[in-house]
Amino acid sequence: MDKHYQLPETQDGTVLFNTDPIIQKYHYEIDYLHSYAQDSPFFVGLSQGKLLGSHCTSCGRRFATPRGICMECGGKTEWFELPREGRVHTFTTCHFGGEAFLKETPFTLILVEFDGVDTLFLSRLVGAEPEEVYIGMPVWARFIRNSKFKPTDVYFVPR
Amino acid sequence: MRPVYMISGGITKFAKAHPQSDFRKMVADAFEYALADLPGLSRDAIDGSVCSYFSDHFTRQLMAGAMVQDYLGLDPKPSRRVEGGGATGGLCFQSAWESVASGRLNCCLAMGFETMGRVNTWKGNEFIALASDTNFDFPVGGFYSGYYAMMVQRHMHEFGTTVEQMAKVSIKNHANALYNPYAQRPGKLTIDEVRSALMVATPLTLLDICQMSEGAAVVVLASEEVAQRFGGTPVKVTGVGSGTDAMRMADRPHGKVILLPHETEEEYADLKYPGVHSFRGGRMAAKLAYEMAGIGNPGEELDFVELHDAYTSSEIQTCEDLGLCRYGEGGSYVDSGAPFLPNLDYGLSFSGSEQWPRLPVNPSGGLLACGHPVGATGLMQAVFAFWQLQGTIGKHLRDTTLQIPDARRGLIHSHAGTGTYITVSILERV
Ligand SMILES: [Zn+2]
Repeated sequence: MDKHYQLPETQDGTVLFNTDPIIQKYHYEIDYLHSYAQDSPFFVGLSQGKLLGSHCTSCGRRFATPRGICMECGGKTEWFELPREGRVHTFTTCHFGGEAFLKETPFTLILVEFDGVDTLFLSRLVGAEPEEVYIGMPVWARFIRNSKFKPTDVYFVPR
Repeated sequence: MRPVYMISGGITKFAKAHPQSDFRKMVADAFEYALADLPGLSRDAIDGSVCSYFSDHFTRQLMAGAMVQDYLGLDPKPSRRVEGGGATGGLCFQSAWESVASGRLNCCLAMGFETMGRVNTWKGNEFIALASDTNFDFPVGGFYSGYYAMMVQRHMHEFGTTVEQMAKVSIKNHANALYNPYAQRPGKLTIDEVRSALMVATPLTLLDICQMSEGAAVVVLASEEVAQRFGGTPVKVTGVGSGTDAMRMADRPHGKVILLPHETEEEYADLKYPGVHSFRGGRMAAKLAYEMAGIGNPGEELDFVELHDAYTSSEIQTCEDLGLCRYGEGGSYVDSGAPFLPNLDYGLSFSGSEQWPRLPVNPSGGLLACGHPVGATGLMQAVFAFWQLQGTIGKHLRDTTLQIPDARRGLIHSHAGTGTYITVSILERV
């Protein structure tokens, strides 16, 4: 036993923002193993230059996003290839954003409508100035060559 | 089910940050206010609670609700947390209602908070955007103001809604809040000021969008027997409804309108619904709440509405969902002056249309001016509605300007995501 024992102290300080009340800065980050699971074929499709939607085998509805189960009738869906051309259903240019995207501002978001498809697809529009974008504008899907398996592997340009 | 009454409520000042209080202390302050407001009410009378807060990222503490229960001295009574994005407060209110209506509890505390000032505004926006699909929507540029901007662009395209009409909502709610000391951002604005404010996501400027906030609110709901025991001026909850829609805005259908009793299918023959311009979850919530409360024509049968105006555009969209005006008329509804308080000077001239009865919308200032500490917001609306129906606005806000004379029936509306969870509750004077 050693009644004079003292915990060793380190030199890493605490970042104090304020003293009354005490406010200090914490940093935290993690590695997370995220699985796309049943939606994986969509991302494989992006890497092959294809946009995959979901076609309901019961009621025939066509969704422009992966949906394993039809939202209207509950039927099973199968993959189908979306057209590469669509139109701007609605749009905005973001001058601010979540911290992760601040460095990319301004960027233009669009919801794309496709002929014969019942729902829309969210993407970015590039190659057009914000004031050039309008509802109904024809757009065309383009894919990055070095796929990152993210929805940003596809983007749209004016047609 | 048995009748449920709101017997007391309390809120803290909403502010950008409350570094002197953690979430437990904020709720305790609101709880103390509620206890002090009804003589005889003490924590002993509370036999359980429901806690609402939206984001574990903002608290950096899991089971924060259990810590609030502990701090308030309510252990070992039952408690649970509810969470549903922006609608968390409204869901909490209805969950507490269910506890009392079912007979499980006789007196239930609904308590909510959010601490959003602990990270910078853009990190906060990122935390909020995590409440959009993180596989498909968030990575594209996840930003709620961007999603709402796309919705209103389509609303403008379909119905001719204008940015000036949106600016009038901003003017209304900020001006109402000048008489509400709990509000975070009261102000007298002009259309020019709203439009020339910093552009966030076209066409939404900084003054079309609510702010990050900290604060807490509590509501005490009780059975008839408990309400009678404490006396005071209880208010009856006569209707609750809620609804949902697709998490991804892109997935919303383009089908038929869900009709309210005063509407017909013919008037919407050409409307593809909800698309991205309307909230069918809000319409569903309203329909269910109106059925329970026996409301046939909400515009005529309500005396005020406190709705979830996270954006000026979403107030316009929501007035339509609630049936205060028809789908497509939200902009003209604002122009008519119907949702403005008759006793305030907003510096605006109205269209003079008498198509709609006067029905103040967000007399408190709403989220735009009061702030939006997410888990507290839906309960804050309940507290303001309670004070309106009690006729005690003057006592609580220390100013009678916002008191609606002879208010008998009010609606509160809480909303999450891009319309993903929505609640509507009806409160009535007894
Ligand atoms: Zn189907």
